[in-house]
Order: sequence, then C-alpha cells, then structure tokens
Amino acid sequence: MVVRTLPQYPIKKGEPAYKIWIFEPGWKGELPLITNPRQLAEQKRPALLPGHRLCAGCAAPIIVKLASLAFRGPTIVVSATGCIEVATTIFPYTSWAIPWIHNAFENSAATASGIESAIKALKKTGRLPYDHVDVVVFAGDGGTYDIGIQALSGAAERGHDFLYILYDNEAYMNTGIQRSGGTPKFAWTTTSPVGSVIPGKMEHKKPIADIMVAHRIPYVATTTPAHWIDLMKKVRKGIEVNGPAFIHALSPCDRGWRHAENLAIEISRRAVDTCYFPLWEWTPEKGYMLTDRSLSIARNPKLKQPIEKFLELQGRFRHLLKPENRHLLKELQEYVDAMWEDLLNRATNAPK
Amino acid sequence: MAKVPLEKQTLLNVNGDEAVAWAVKQSLVDVVAAYPITPQTIIVERFSEFVANGEVHTEFVAVESEHSAMSACVGAAAAGARAFTATAANGLALMWEILYIAASLRLPIVLAVVNRALSAPINIHCDHNDAYGMRDAGWIQLFVENVQEAYDTTIQAFRIAEDERVLLPVAVNLDGFFLSHTLENIRILPDEVVHEFLGGYRKIPKVKVDYLEDEVPLVLNPARPLSFGPLDLYDYYFEHKMHQIEAMKNVPEVVREVNQEWYEISGRKYGDGVLETLYVEDADVIITVLGSTAGTVKHVVRKFRRDGKKVGVVRIRMFRPFPHREIAEVLKNAKVIGVMDRGISFGSYGQSYLEINSSLYDYKEKPMLVNYVYGLGGRDASPELIEKMINELLSDAERGYVENKLRFLGVRE
Repeated sequence: MVVRTLPQYPIKKGEPAYKIWIFEPGWKGELPLITNPRQLAEQKRPALLPGHRLCAGCAAPIIVKLASLAFRGPTIVVSATGCIEVATTIFPYTSWAIPWIHNAFENSAATASGIESAIKALKKTGRLPYDHVDVVVFAGDGGTYDIGIQALSGAAERGHDFLYILYDNEAYMNTGIQRSGGTPKFAWTTTSPVGSVIPGKMEHKKPIADIMVAHRIPYVATTTPAHWIDLMKKVRKGIEVNGPAFIHALSPCDRGWRHAENLAIEISRRAVDTCYFPLWEWTPEKGYMLTDRSLSIARNPKLKQPIEKFLELQGRFRHLLKPENRHLLKELQEYVDAMWEDLLNRATNAPK
Repeated sequence: MAKVPLEKQTLLNVNGDEAVAWAVKQSLVDVVAAYPITPQTIIVERFSEFVANGEVHTEFVAVESEHSAMSACVGAAAAGARAFTATAANGLALMWEILYIAASLRLPIVLAVVNRALSAPINIHCDHNDAYGMRDAGWIQLFVENVQEAYDTTIQAFRIAEDERVLLPVAVNLDGFFLSHTLENIRILPDEVVHEFLGGYRKIPKVKVDYLEDEVPLVLNPARPLSFGPLDLYDYYFEHKMHQIEAMKNVPEVVREVNQEWYEISGRKYGDGVLETLYVEDADVIITVLGSTAGTVKHVVRKFRRDGKKVGVVRIRMFRPFPHREIAEVLKNAKVIGVMDRGISFGSYGQSYLEINSSLYDYKEKPMLVNYVYGLGGRDASPELIEKMINELLSDAERGYVENKLRFLGVRE
C-alpha cells in the first residue's frame, strides 16, 4: 500500500496507472478535457483507485471515474452516506486519490457549501496555494431526492460554486433496495414489493433535475455512464460554470434492479433509447437542450424504442411483462411518451 | 503576552449575543454558518453587519437550517477554516447528528449555545436542557456567568479547541435572555492582542499516514490528499473512540492554562477556568450551579455569610469534560450540597446532580446531596427562592439527613 513517490501529472511512461493525485502548492494550469480513448488511457487516471468494494457490475464507480477524468485541477470530493461512501473508504483503506470527505447522509450539499466558503476565505487571505479548488459532490438518490433535498435546495439558492452529481440507482440500494423518491412507478423494491394487490411502487419518480432547473442555477444536466463522452463534457461544464451545477446520472444497480452483472451499460443505453431517461442539459441562457442520443431521437423519432426494451432486462419490472399486467405496461408507456413530448416542447434544439 | 491595561481595553455596552459577535469578529474566523433562532439571533445579526461593512474577511453562510449550519462548519473546518456557528434549543436539537460528527472528526469548531428550553410547549426562554442534550456528543461545554465572560470565553474557546492536545469542538453556553439580551458594560481587548493570543489564523495540525512519506496537514488538501469520515467498523471504531476519550482528558489542563494566560493579558479570570468557588473552605452547605444563576446565588450567599452562616458556592464553568475529582475535593467536607440544575433528565435527576453524585461515590466521608431543579422555561430564580433553598439546606445540615433528594424550586404546587 505504501507509495513512496508522488508522481506528477501527466503520467510518465512506465509509471503505474494508479497513484494518488498530487497538486503541489502553487500548481497552476488546467487539466485538459480529453475524450479520445487512446489519449485518455495514456494521459489520464481516474481519482477512484482500484480495490474498492462496490459490487461487480455497479455503474456508480464508472460514473465517478468518468467524472474524475473530466476534473480540471485540484478538486475536493464530498460523498453523501451511501454505496460509494461505504464501499470506497472502509478504514484503514481508501480508494480516493484526491481529498475526500463524508459527513452524513442528508448534508453533502451543506458540507460542500462549507468547503467552498472555506476555500473563498483562504483565498481572500492569501492562504490558498491554488487559483481554484473545485468542489464536487457524489450523492445517491436517497441522499438527493429525499433526505438531502433541503440541503441541496439551500446550497443551490445560496449560489455556492460546486458541482453536485447525483448517481441515481433508483432506490436505497446501500440499505437493501428500499423505495426512494427516485424509484420509478411499478418498480419492485423491498418496501414496495409486488403483491397480489399492489404491483410495486405506486408513485412516479420525482423530476429531480427539473426541480433543480426551477432553482435557476447556472447548469443542470442528465447523463448516463453509457454516454460517456456526454457525461465527461457535462461534468466539465458543471465544474466550469460559476455557481452551483447539478448532474443527474442514471446508475443501474444489478443487485437492486435484478439484472445481470454485465448489463449496466446496456441498460443505461436502453434507458435513453426508450426515452425513459432522456439526455439533456439546461442553462439559463439556452434553456433545455437535448444532447447525444436523445437529440438523435428527437430528429429521427423512429429511433425511439418501446419501454419494454428497458424493462425486459430487469427483474424489478418482471411483473409488468405478464399478460395480466398489460394495462400497467400501457400506463407506463403513456407516461414516458407524455414526458418525452413535454421535453420536446421545452427543448430549444428539438425540431419543431 | 503583556498585560493590556484597563484603559487600553475598549468599553462596550452590549448584550451577551453582541459580546459573542464581537469576540468572533476579533478571532479571525474564516467561516460562520448560522441560522436564526431566538435568543441567539442577535449574534448572527451583528456578525452579518460586520461582514456587510467589510470589517472581517469571514464568509458568512446563511444556511437553510441548523443541521446545515453545523454541516457547513464541518466542511469548512475540514478544509482548514476556523469555523463558528451559534444556535439554541430546537436548533441545537436539529444539529445533534452533526455534533457527533464534528467531534469525532476532531474539528475545532466553536459553537455558541444560547440556552433555551426545548419544545413542547414551545418556549423561547432559558433553561439548560438543550445543552444537556448534547452532553454525550463529544464536545467541550463551557457555561458563562455574565456578558463579559461570554466575550472572554468565546475567544478562549478557539484556543482550547485548536490546541493540539485537544482538537475538539467547544460549545460556549450563555443563558438565553438573562445574558443574551441583557446589556452590560464589558471590556474588549484590542484586535491585535486577540490575534496574537490565538496565534493568528487557524494552524493545521500534522499527522502521519502510511501512504505518504512526510507528515501531512490534517485537512482536505489537494497537495496531500486524505479521506475524512470513512466507514469504520468494529475493527477500528473503538480505537478511534479511545482517541476522543484521551483528548478529553487533556482538556482541563488546557482550559486552566488558557484561563491563566487570559488573566495575565486582560486581568480577568474565572476561577481556575474549570470551577469557580466562593466561601467553600469551611462551608457546611455548598450550592453548585451553572450559568448566570451563579451571580444571584453568590449575592445571596454573601448575605448568609454576613449572618454568620457557613454557606459556599461552586460554579461549574466546564460541564464537559466534567471535573469529577476537582469538584469532589471541593465538596467532600461539607455537610449538604445543593445541586442546582436548570434542566432534568425525565425519570431521573438533574444532569449535573448525576455527575456530582458519581464524583463523590468513592469517598468514605461524603456530604448529603440534594438536587434542586429550577428555572425551567426561563422561570426566574429570584434571590428569595435561593434564600428559601439555602434555608432548607441549612436545616437539612442541622438535622443530619435529607428526606427528599429531588426538589423543585419555584414551581406551583
């Protein structure tokens, strides 16, 4: 475990790919945003190191690694209590190559507010040895939709300069698959079981990204780990804007969604292809803008897949594909269609 | 440091909240995150004015709840800032979860608790149940008697919290309204003296970690990355709690040193910093008390002394860590102790009574103890009530036994 040398960025030939990130005091400049896979492999390393204990097939570390490849320089990460937190920092080990803090479940945005304020105060008094230190939060759906929404809303209103990345696995996976405000309608969870009377969760997912748009913060976006260039570009934009930014990343969970370990990326892709989870970004200047695959679907509606394509790979929706539940499936399809239509109407770059 | 003569100390006519705000203003605090709650609000109002007028470099974060206030302080302190917040009663209760985290992460945050009764029924006036509620959170708890002490103690709190032998957060308790809204003439030190007393901006302690060669600052630092607040299970958690327990042991010594040093600079001290005693040496009856009521008790006790009655007072300035040995040594030769608590653990006794009881247990010869619960919800502890209490205790002492160990002072029958 002991690393005796502190490597400089970028990786030198022959150096191990995984080491902690060291920004010596006085470091200046900006790490480039690279989206060419070969260059990425040669020049960049993620801030999340191997050896963490997230489940095989989990999408969350993919999101974290992709996001960290888009960081622009010295960065402090805040994690809410949740899968990423418990699985990456089991004492005495840590998988984080950069400064990291976990405070509690509901307060990651408030913690980030404090860090950002400290950075400002240090800078004002000449005690910050960098031009800027970015603050990035990784929080799950429980810590964002439910218990953490007050702190997030408050921090957004106050305008702290930080990027909040929601990795949304659509239930309390860390405590064992309980329903959250992010769980979609009809999904099975351990607290919204599929019974003989009630077919899973009876409420729709809260439109969290739209709620953040309503805060009129400088940047809001949705993304998935399957659309990795989209994800990296959005993370970089979120870091670069002056003020709060929010990114909603879908994060398939093989344990909770009941899918095979090798399907996280495929399911993410299908979530977008079926318009269950459209890709977009929002800025106060341009409004809603579709991106990546969702923009293609808007331009060529034939690409849009039926919702079964998203559901069929997941055990949590198994009951919806039974003949007696055809009406539920129809209801879900109509909901997805209506939401998509609504987004098309709002998106400034959708063909009218 | 050299003594600052009284004429060089600025005279201010302020209430307790304003005194705290002035202390924070002079303490080079980097981040103040706070939420309004009566009777604490004046602290953040005054401090906001200092910020608005550019008199401080502090980032003032007007958070959306007390929970976020303490959360932001944790983030700020972990990032290397000197952080302060203030609250009362229900606000403190809402902070409760993060109080433990602040202490366990060993972050030297200072919190002014303007003591107020907890709901329900909702009440805005003073009692100490809010402070007693955070008793086990791992914070140092200091209780002040007057507005001058509120100013002095707030500055001292930063020194105590940041001392490398301690590295624990400090709560400075001042009684709601009795102190927070009561004007007193106080003396404040020049800014530069306070800065020197605190050693300038916050200094970051260094630690050794196994994956880095040199000692690294214990802070969120892109030059030497550390992980704060990891998952810590049965294989290490207990050892980490032992560190907190050990750090608490160092606190009385540091509080005494800081109290003495402050005396040398300002000419003011509060007992030995831990306990303040009056007429205890030969006393048959000793009253123990926290907070502003101590002023009234001292006044009444002086009257009893003039009448030749052997009565004394101990003011408990530091409630956590509790000075068990020290207080036992003071109390052990008296006949009866009247333990005054402006709070109660329902189904048990007042919280300081429990401490004093356990302090004296090991002594073969020990005084009788009576717990007086008083002043809940801000009810006045008038000199007449204190007199009544002392007369009861004097007759207990004469009789040689106590009948009712838990008594309620100033409540309707």
